Amino acid sequence: MGNFVFDLIGKNIVAALVICIIPLVFILPYALIAILGELKIGAWMQDRVGPMRTGWKGVLQPVAEVVKLLQKEDITPTIANKPLFNLAPFIVFIGAFAAFAVLPFSEKFIPSGINLGLFFVFAVGSFAVIGIVMGGWASNNKYSLLGAMRSVAQIISYELPAGMVFLSIATIAGTLDMQTIILNQSGPIWNWYIFGGPQGGAIKFLFIPFFVILFIVYLISSLAETNRTPFDIPEGESEIVAGYHTEYSGMKFAMFFMAEYANMYVVSAIIVILFLGGWSSPFGTSFMDGPIWGIFWMVGKAFFFVFVQIWLRWTLPRLRVDQLMYLGWKVLLPLSIACFMAIAFLAMIN
Amino acid sequence: MVKYFKDILLGFWTIMVGMKITMDHLFQKKVTMQYPERFDPIDTGFMPDNSRNKLFVDIDDCNGCGGCERDCPVNCITVETVKTVPSDGPITIKSGAKRTLWVLKHEIDYSKCCFCSLCVESCATSAIFHTKEFDYSGYDRNELKHDFVSYSDEEKQKKLDNFVAYQIVKKQEDAAKKAADEAAKAAAAQITK
Repeated sequence: MGNFVFDLIGKNIVAALVICIIPLVFILPYALIAILGELKIGAWMQDRVGPMRTGWKGVLQPVAEVVKLLQKEDITPTIANKPLFNLAPFIVFIGAFAAFAVLPFSEKFIPSGINLGLFFVFAVGSFAVIGIVMGGWASNNKYSLLGAMRSVAQIISYELPAGMVFLSIATIAGTLDMQTIILNQSGPIWNWYIFGGPQGGAIKFLFIPFFVILFIVYLISSLAETNRTPFDIPEGESEIVAGYHTEYSGMKFAMFFMAEYANMYVVSAIIVILFLGGWSSPFGTSFMDGPIWGIFWMVGKAFFFVFVQIWLRWTLPRLRVDQLMYLGWKVLLPLSIACFMAIAFLAMIN
Repeated sequence: MVKYFKDILLGFWTIMVGMKITMDHLFQKKVTMQYPERFDPIDTGFMPDNSRNKLFVDIDDCNGCGGCERDCPVNCITVETVKTVPSDGPITIKSGAKRTLWVLKHEIDYSKCCFCSLCVESCATSAIFHTKEFDYSGYDRNELKHDFVSYSDEEKQKKLDNFVAYQIVKKQEDAAKKAADEAAKAAAAQITK
């Protein structure tokens, strides 16, 4: 367990800066790929061809969109609260970017290997809602404010089931450290927590349904926390224009946009870390395993869940506000508490 | 309580069904046709026969009557004609009738045209008709004015000059004829006296 940058150039300020920059260098191309994926997969699922003119088969479309956003005039409404209005998108992005501090990419690389990784992700994950409310309030626009209000209601509701999932895995793993959680799951594929984890003998197979339910509960809550369809009621364009970012344009809108895509990766990575073995190879420790393959498995698995999010977006219609609350409080929360209790029992008998 | 779990399972099941549908469509053949590369309306004749697109005037068949110009509700057609002269020889329009007018200008301004098809209705010789072309554009609105006459300026000028010259000749001929008629009349009157 270590950090290859520290091994390479020693523990100094340069190494710290390099470590800070690596996730940022990852986010930018990732966001372009995710935007392209969103455009192309969305088009293909509707039997269209998607963007075809920019570059070969339209692969440069996200670059064109980013350049367009950078060139756009940055408009601030006259009666907006300017400091808050200007600060909000950056707070949202910082919230998304901060989570990258504890996301491992490989056995040998985690920007900050703190032993409270899960807790940290949970804490900064709800940081975004402050930025959203700030932006919605400062815009001085009824749609922005409505969107921000909805966002608060949604994120608070869905943090509870997500928290129960975190708690269950923390209970069974006995730690909040990301690297240790992944290390627990290394080895054969049935050591992954979605298949009951490494502990226990035959009895763990009785508990697999609870792990699967937790996995689904977290998948749904993560969609709600990133404001993605079918939980995009804070920015539902047919109801409240664009929600909290109605008044934003140009670079500040791009920051909201980038934060959304960064958040998609964060929640996907957490699903992978908690349930699917993080950077460990599905073929056991002997085949395609190691620090370099670790990057491949970690990013590959996370990209699969980014794809699932895009897939769900183009499949499901938006939930109504009351349906959202029903799902959050009356379905996901009881289910996750029941599963937590079952898994706590499993942890106790081990 | 049973209903509660049933609803959850049903909701989950329907999501799975929806996801399967979108996954199937992901790999299906796409229906989009890329427009400039593939253009079915003209290539396969899919365009309906009574579609009203860009107009075309077969100037060899136009007798220059100006019916289209009069009937146009938006005044987008300009027709200029000049009479033929005997020295042009025995000329006919395509459909066989005698040509009495040279068409010096038959201009349609597509920036005004409303594609009502009234000019087509009014044309006696079916010289004006709709084509299947509709995707044309210009950088200047004058580029949307199409003149269907292909005579050069010299030819047009020659036709005008011919007409003016013939008018003079005809005037003289008429005067001579009149004089001759009068002389003949006078002669006849004298004979009867």
